[in-house]
Amino acid sequence: MTLLGSLALWVAFLFGLWGALTGFLGGRRERGDLIASSRHAVYAMCGALFVAVVALEVALFRHDFNVEYVAAYTSRNMPVFYNWSALYAGQKGSLLFWAAVLALFGALAQALTARRHRVYLPYVGAITCVVAVFFVSVMLFGHANPFARLPYTPIDGNGLNPQLQNPGMVFHPPMLYLGYISITIPFAFAMAALLSKRLDADWLVAIRKWTLLSWLFLSIGICLGMWWAYVELGWGGYWAWDPVENASFLPWLTMTAFLHSVMVQEKRGMLKKWNLALIIGSWLLSIFGTFITRSGVISSVHSFTQSNVGYFFLVFLIVSAIVSFWVYATRLPLLQAEATLESMVSREASFLFNNLLLVGIAFSVLWGTLFPILSELVSGTKVTVGPPFFNQVNIPLGLGLLAVTGIGPLIAWRRSSGANLRRQFAVPAAAGGLTLLALLAAGMREFYPLVAIALGALVSATITQEFVRGVAARHRQYGEGWPLAFGRLIARNRRRYGGYIVHAGIVILFISFTGMAFKTETEATLRPGETATLKSPYGWTYSFTHQGVSQYAALNRQVTAATVAVARDGRRIGLMTTEKRQHVDAVGRPTFQPSTEVGIRSDLREDLYIVLAGVVDGTEQTVFRFTINPLVWWVWFGGLIVALGGLVVMWPGGGAPAVRREQAGYAVKLVAKDAG
Amino acid sequence: MVGSADHSRREFLAAGFGVLLSVDPAIRRSAQDSVVAADPSGKLYSPEWAGRSRQPVTAGDNDAAIQAIEKQLKCTCGCSLDVYTCRTTDFTCTVSPQMHQQVLTLAAAGSSADAIIAEFVREHGVVILMAPPKRGFNLAGYFFPSLVILIAGALLVLVMRRWVRRSPPAPLSAEPADATPGNSAELERLRRELQRTEA
Repeated sequence: MTLLGSLALWVAFLFGLWGALTGFLGGRRERGDLIASSRHAVYAMCGALFVAVVALEVALFRHDFNVEYVAAYTSRNMPVFYNWSALYAGQKGSLLFWAAVLALFGALAQALTARRHRVYLPYVGAITCVVAVFFVSVMLFGHANPFARLPYTPIDGNGLNPQLQNPGMVFHPPMLYLGYISITIPFAFAMAALLSKRLDADWLVAIRKWTLLSWLFLSIGICLGMWWAYVELGWGGYWAWDPVENASFLPWLTMTAFLHSVMVQEKRGMLKKWNLALIIGSWLLSIFGTFITRSGVISSVHSFTQSNVGYFFLVFLIVSAIVSFWVYATRLPLLQAEATLESMVSREASFLFNNLLLVGIAFSVLWGTLFPILSELVSGTKVTVGPPFFNQVNIPLGLGLLAVTGIGPLIAWRRSSGANLRRQFAVPAAAGGLTLLALLAAGMREFYPLVAIALGALVSATITQEFVRGVAARHRQYGEGWPLAFGRLIARNRRRYGGYIVHAGIVILFISFTGMAFKTETEATLRPGETATLKSPYGWTYSFTHQGVSQYAALNRQVTAATVAVARDGRRIGLMTTEKRQHVDAVGRPTFQPSTEVGIRSDLREDLYIVLAGVVDGTEQTVFRFTINPLVWWVWFGGLIVALGGLVVMWPGGGAPAVRREQAGYAVKLVAKDAG
Repeated sequence: MVGSADHSRREFLAAGFGVLLSVDPAIRRSAQDSVVAADPSGKLYSPEWAGRSRQPVTAGDNDAAIQAIEKQLKCTCGCSLDVYTCRTTDFTCTVSPQMHQQVLTLAAAGSSADAIIAEFVREHGVVILMAPPKRGFNLAGYFFPSLVILIAGALLVLVMRRWVRRSPPAPLSAEPADATPGNSAELERLRRELQRTEA
């Protein structure tokens, strides 16, 4: 199978080259035979890469330990479940996964939009092939072939890192990869529009849908990553501003900016240059993220082992940036706005400020991520840029963004009068102000949480007001019952109200993040029967009574479990268990350092988070860390709401052709006609 | 609800909501295994399964002032975490406990927080700090992003004002720009909009 896999990589490489060549030539000369050949090459490349994926999975499931990658990431006693995730657990396998998924997206773009976006498809195919060929080249020429064999066959493999043996890791990396990878398709459409010089409204429709898909995958991937970090890493948080975390956040920010500013182009024919720059930038940031993760240039707990593939990515990144922006620069005269801003107090202006903040946050995150390198280059001094730096710089910007989220939807397109503003802002401003006063009266003095919750109330009121007015209008107009009016309001205006659902999820996330400001924790050494106490931010006193330690062997690990009885204000609420796990191979040899499994009891108010730090002198006297994390459940719920809103927005249909035409950029012309 | 239902929809929803509220909000409860692992001497049967042996927690370990210092210092094991987080998370790390001991020793000798941090910086350089000190080039590190955003914001406002000045007088659109549902004109606009949406 590995021979088949290696062969499939070479076949994919050759088809990719052919697809790129015929795609560019076919698009330029408008030759149908070359265009068809390019399309077929994309399909063939996709097929070959999936053969390679199947070949590697077969080797992983059959424990072919003569294959270096299989020996490094699986073992005979590993749960079968994780043989699948071993595919992308290592550098080489993840490169193959990336290339295969990219080829699949490329093939889907060709198949699903064959008629609607025919003009762009040869270039889209060619660009997809170029990017996929790059990834295959890294595997073939960068000593990253996942099918490389060892000169001997070990009895057993090393197994997957214990921290990766978590259900979150089965779903989190693929989601993140899908987000990263699918950005290539809107980028390819953007470049196709630039190369073909067909810069009408058509390209925008294609780009928006693909960008939404990427954004959704990336959002889900980031949230799953936060969840994995929280339940598996044991430090009691979910976001640490690690370079690899930042790398996933950067394209998410720029894509979010695009998904807002694209509305201005659709409605008013403005910001064409800016939107294209955002798409190109998002794609480059996704490649930059890949470079960060795989080069080892910046130290991170998440990155793959340092290897020479980083140089490949650096060169690819630089060349791609130069070529993309050169093409972009040459087409700037074709990207003139069809309308201009009529008022500083308009929805368009609010979107511009929203973009300023989103791109500003992206810039500050990028700056902080790269600052250690920059500092060493400029001043010769190595520095560390950790959470204190990022929090200091980004929290105010994030709160600014939250404010714009509440204000933007209240301002009318084109211009807003004073009366309109008063009418629109009365309820949200009152909600924000009253919340602030209530919190101050309740004794809260922490500045950022105060502002975040007050702004959250403002945005929530804005969203509620929009829904209430829309539902009331439907109720009055059609006599629909309230639930039916609510359902139809969303179904008939999926973009607008799906967007509001996303905003609601963002509010929940912001407010739940403030919970970390009230985190409390303590360490304690307890013999069985002894109790430690910890005060919750809500004023309750939790007591943790050590029940004892048990030990047992499981499939691929030896477990030491400590059980703790938990009571709140004297009332018993349950038992919690936290574990130390020593992973072993099939012959009982330890494979990794012992890892910790956290005990978590989650409710709507706060999480109890217990970590078994170790035992004293091999006895049952146990060292625990007890943490109370407020509002963590809401982080996952907020992420779910964001994903749900994203799904509503991108659900097919939902508008009549007339509306879709308007969405495609004809609104300005219609208004002009009305005026004439 | 139509007909002879025993409860109105409102009552039904209220009952459902009441049930929802009465549910214990615990989302996940951990299971436990009560088999005791220690032999009569009190030793675990397989102490090596539990990882490196730990020292009992001292008052210094939970001292907020000590923790505050450690949260400013980076563990040098390569984990990129601060000393406090590393020593309370990665229990295989041998570096962060040593750094913690050093902090405790310095504090016990009467050193202030600043002096302790200065001592670590003297030993390891500023790379030991979780955030660069606000001086020299690092100052640019802190303020450059905000400065760029401020300048970009100022430029944006200037550009927007220029666009507004260039903008021709607004055409009489069929749709008023600012309208709120409630009056008859808005209802008419809404009717048109709904008809167009559902056409």
